Amino acid sequence: MDHHFVIRVVGKLLIPLVLLFALYVQFHGDYGPGGGFQAGVIFAAGFILYGLIYGLDTLRRVFPPWLVRLLVAFGVLIYAGTGIASMILGSKYLDYSVLGPTAAKGQHYGILIVEFGVGMTVASAMVLIFYSFAGRGRQTGEDFGEIDSEDRRDRPDG
Amino acid sequence: MTVEEIINIVLLTMLALTAVGIARLRNLFAVTMLSGIYSLLSASIFVVLDAVDVAFTEAAVGAGITTVLLLGTLMLTDREARDGSRANRAGAMIVVVALGGALFYATLDPMMPRFGDPRTPAQTHVAPQYLKDTVPQGSSKEPVKVGIPNVVTTVLASYRGYDTLGETVVIFTAGIAVLLLLGQRRRRRRDTPGQNPSGNKDADRAAGAED
Repeated sequence: MDHHFVIRVVGKLLIPLVLLFALYVQFHGDYGPGGGFQAGVIFAAGFILYGLIYGLDTLRRVFPPWLVRLLVAFGVLIYAGTGIASMILGSKYLDYSVLGPTAAKGQHYGILIVEFGVGMTVASAMVLIFYSFAGRGRQTGEDFGEIDSEDRRDRPDG
Repeated sequence: MTVEEIINIVLLTMLALTAVGIARLRNLFAVTMLSGIYSLLSASIFVVLDAVDVAFTEAAVGAGITTVLLLGTLMLTDREARDGSRANRAGAMIVVVALGGALFYATLDPMMPRFGDPRTPAQTHVAPQYLKDTVPQGSSKEPVKVGIPNVVTTVLASYRGYDTLGETVVIFTAGIAVLLLLGQRRRRRRDTPGQNPSGNKDADRAAGAED
């Protein structure tokens, strides 16, 4: 616990800001630069940073793998479902104009929703890939998911 | 020479030096770090080109996530790259030089639009329509089709909605594929504790050599 004290403290301060920034990029993408892809990656970077500092097991408790796998698929479902919704409301697939009171509003809502789906899929896919890589590293005896793995391996309890 | 041109030349020179470094170095850890730097430099170039959204993506994906994933891969493989055979390296050199020469030759074509030319098809084809349909920054009374100011987001999510859906499915597929290739063994090992880690030959080959 005392190892890499500075990284742990700075991480604790930074990670909430990283996640907050990801949410800003996600929902401000229609006004400024950004959108689902960027926000998703930043969000995943926050989680991966957490995993690197506090260990893979802690991250698995915070963001359980079953939830990650669910969200990867759910994001695509949100995107594709928006297309179905606009079809049900009487327009073409992925034509968001019918989703709001005016065409411009509908487009705005539609873009927000699909970007949210993109962000969800990207963020959880990145975390999923990280889980797969980090989990494999652990099997070969090198715990990639924890920053003080070097010290750990030297200890008798492994 | 404008300031922007100087910045471009400096950045592109650094980019080229980084690329040479990546090609020359044999220490994979250094190569991973250099590829992160390469992404960051590309992101800076995109900022100079006013493509802030692309720069954003490049910085986050290229310099951030990719570096972490490459480090994760390094844990599973050797730290040093082995040199290829002399014939292989000569062949690669010939291909690279020929391709680079062809690209340079293509830019000499007089039909090729100049850098930043406002009359290129990219600027005159559908882009003006997109700009007109999206909410104008001023107080124009013209009716708009899309109610948001960032035209990049408009193009990505609405005009090119099918493409972005496809891209999202690609990310989804990539995640699932990695899970199938690398995530599988974890479960198998948990079922049979004490099994040799290199027991599954296929998974090993898929992820590269094991130490």
